[in-house]
Amino acid sequence: MAILEKHKILETNATLLLIFSFLVVTVGGIVQLVPLYFLDSTIEKVEGMRPYTPLELEGREVYLREGCYVCHSQMIRPMRDEVERYGPYSLAAESMYDHPFQWGSKRTGPDLARVGGRYSDEWHVAHLTNPQSVVPESVMPKYGYLLDRKIDGKYIADLMRTNRVVGVPYTDEMIEAAVADFKAQADPDSDYDGLLERYGDKVQVRNFDGRPGISEMDALVAYLQMLGTLVDFSTFTPAPSR
Amino acid sequence: MSKPSKKFEGDPETTGHVWDGIEEFNNPLPKWWLWTFYATIIWAVIYTILYPAWPLPGGATPGILGWSTRGDVAAEIAAAEEANAAINARLEAADLTEISKDPELNSYAVNAGGAVFKTFCVQCHGSGAQGAKGFPNLLDNDWLWGGDIESIYTTVTVGIRSPDNDETRFSEMPAFGRDELLSKEEIDQVANFVMSLSGEPKDATKVEAGAAIFAENCASCHGDSGTGSRDFGAPNLTDAIWLYGGDYDTIVETVTNSRYGVMPAWSGKLTEAQIRAVATYVHQLGGGE
Repeated sequence: MAILEKHKILETNATLLLIFSFLVVTVGGIVQLVPLYFLDSTIEKVEGMRPYTPLELEGREVYLREGCYVCHSQMIRPMRDEVERYGPYSLAAESMYDHPFQWGSKRTGPDLARVGGRYSDEWHVAHLTNPQSVVPESVMPKYGYLLDRKIDGKYIADLMRTNRVVGVPYTDEMIEAAVADFKAQADPDSDYDGLLERYGDKVQVRNFDGRPGISEMDALVAYLQMLGTLVDFSTFTPAPSR
Repeated sequence: MSKPSKKFEGDPETTGHVWDGIEEFNNPLPKWWLWTFYATIIWAVIYTILYPAWPLPGGATPGILGWSTRGDVAAEIAAAEEANAAINARLEAADLTEISKDPELNSYAVNAGGAVFKTFCVQCHGSGAQGAKGFPNLLDNDWLWGGDIESIYTTVTVGIRSPDNDETRFSEMPAFGRDELLSKEEIDQVANFVMSLSGEPKDATKVEAGAAIFAENCASCHGDSGTGSRDFGAPNLTDAIWLYGGDYDTIVETVTNSRYGVMPAWSGKLTEAQIRAVATYVHQLGGGE
């Protein structure tokens, strides 16, 4: 193998060494980057996925801010014990509108990928306010102040625009109606037809925290109550090749 | 350049490189290591043929064994279901009230139901089914919607005020204060009356006036004597068992703003056998009728 004898040329020529090092790193880079251009084919198409409503998106921001992901994952792995405890395993498409995704890497608390609909709003409020009041064994901190922090969706349209830049399909109409939709979802007495028209009939419209006004608690509970509920697993057939 | 270092007898050959007088011995790798290394390379090739491996546009190569993570978990779940299929079929076919009379079926249902309870129910009802403020204790004899096994089964299936189930158990107490159906004074009186049903009122002089208000506004659901009605999930107010609290302040709060306890419907989330099992489990906890 005569070529293997030639490495002295590289080792004694700094410029050449730099060029060849760069080529080697390029190969590594390409291996990592190229699959991203095929995301459309790697993310399985599933029915029911939609972008977050403005209120849910805001709730997600609260979730990020409070660092919920530090103790809670949102990724049900394809194993029997997880599927039986948490529900159907997570699909790539279910976090395709998450920037950044919330898969997490640690479960001090349970996985939340399918927490939506499992508990009542009242439970969520009681639990977030004082987790030990409903689960005495819990080590979760208290988040009662979320009830006192009123929000008005002033910047929600900006946030949606930012999400659109990274690929979330918010339409102009959705962004225009952002503040109205934001307020409508937390008020069952409002006219929320437009919200349902834009985001689908399954959007949950309730006064999530059971108190007047819109608080961060409303937003967070709205987000938690929709987690994992978008895909209808009674009609979903998993592709075997995934 | 310094002098090449001194060689000793028995030293291996050098590679021939010299840099600043430093030379490199050409020590061969241990044979066992080398062959293990080659074996891993061969194994890697075999593995990529047998199992899904090479990513391509449109999906990875499937591998000739046809193995997939999804298939694996589906097979595992199917095997567990298969193992329990016979007894689950018996559980689904059995008359709910007959389950406790069949020791084998009852033992299965209680154990399986206990597992379901600890997974899905303890967050609200407590790990010992003791409940919490706003979430009923399932150990006592006080039942809002009925404590016989069929009622428990129905409650688990359809939920209570569950937003995603059309058949759900439903009732709604008016918010007497918030919606201005009663004045503050009247609420004060009726709260004292309600306290008097199971204990001492805060102010005994208001009980009589409260009784009249109760008869007019509350008795239609809670009953003339305050013993409640399971048709509306209206609690018995005479038994000193309180879901939200029986002190004066809590009762005033309840009458003013009402309560709207929600339990999710579990049909669709749990299988029929699981729902029957958990109903059996809850029924045998102590309060079952």
